[in-house]
Amino acid sequence: MRGARANVPVAASAVAYGSVLGVLASQKGLSWLEMMFMNTAVFAGAAQFVMVDMWSNHLPIFEMTLAVLVINLRYLLIGASLNPIFAGRGLLHKMGMMHLVADENWAVTMSEQRSGTASTWFLFGGGVFLYLAWSGGTLIGLLGGGFIAKPEAYALDFAFTAVFTALAVGLWRRKQDLLPWVVAGGAALLVHTFLPGKWYIVAGGLSGAITAMMRPCDGGDAEGDAEGEPEQGGACVSGN
Amino acid sequence: MFPVIEAQVLIAVGLAAAVTYALRLGGLLLAARFPKGGRFRQGMDALPGALLFSLVVPSIISEGIWGVLAAALTAIVVLRTRNTLAAMLCGMLVIFVVRRFGL
Repeated sequence: MRGARANVPVAASAVAYGSVLGVLASQKGLSWLEMMFMNTAVFAGAAQFVMVDMWSNHLPIFEMTLAVLVINLRYLLIGASLNPIFAGRGLLHKMGMMHLVADENWAVTMSEQRSGTASTWFLFGGGVFLYLAWSGGTLIGLLGGGFIAKPEAYALDFAFTAVFTALAVGLWRRKQDLLPWVVAGGAALLVHTFLPGKWYIVAGGLSGAITAMMRPCDGGDAEGDAEGEPEQGGACVSGN
Repeated sequence: MFPVIEAQVLIAVGLAAAVTYALRLGGLLLAARFPKGGRFRQGMDALPGALLFSLVVPSIISEGIWGVLAAALTAIVVLRTRNTLAAMLCGMLVIFVVRRFGL
């Protein structure tokens, strides 16, 4: 599927990152079944890292759930930003498609949406492919033990930063994005310095979006996008 | 060969899964009720880029000047070649070399 093929680069980094999680999980004594259960049920990289980190004989269930909630709060925004792609789809379709939404296939889909060719199946195909890569990576790490003793030495921890940087470049829309992005980056840095967890992503994304809302109505972004987009032009007209 | 899953693992992972899924679906369902035009729309249009940019900025900065250079190289490669994988590998190569030789 097209969605799967477009996700090859992010899947490669997911295998690398997943194998690191697998190594950590093997040190905590997780079985392959527990690992796969977590991969299938939660399917969120950063949250799974924290869960494995908190793993012990007596699981701190409440703290774990709270941590996952905070780390994954960004999915509220990610879900909201997928709304245009789901336009006209029923509730069951939405419920079926949304589980396999991760940072990676979301970012690839948003960048595909710039040329107006993204669809829910594109998103889902990427999700399935990513699930296979992520599961494969974690199992390699879990069963292969510490064969990558120091993943940082090979810059594997930078794989995610690099691939997301490349995808962010694909989302850039002319000058109108300059101020929101500067504000978003500044807010993310500030919050990252002073608050633990993943609050910085939520803070940055929200402040960027709010900055864009402050911009005077400029009659839309019609010419910036490719022709095939189903959305109407004039951004500041016809609210309801 | 087939390990058992303890009840506490079922509960902990089950709760984590429920929370995560609720956020994913909740965001989508809430957005369907948002106004379709106006300023709000401008904000929602800018959201994906701002979110993704916020995700990477702290980890770029934490690598120092070389992190910024690696990210810049990644951006240039993806702009020139439209090849995300090649761009990612170029960025990683910079960090790998810097760490290997302790620059």
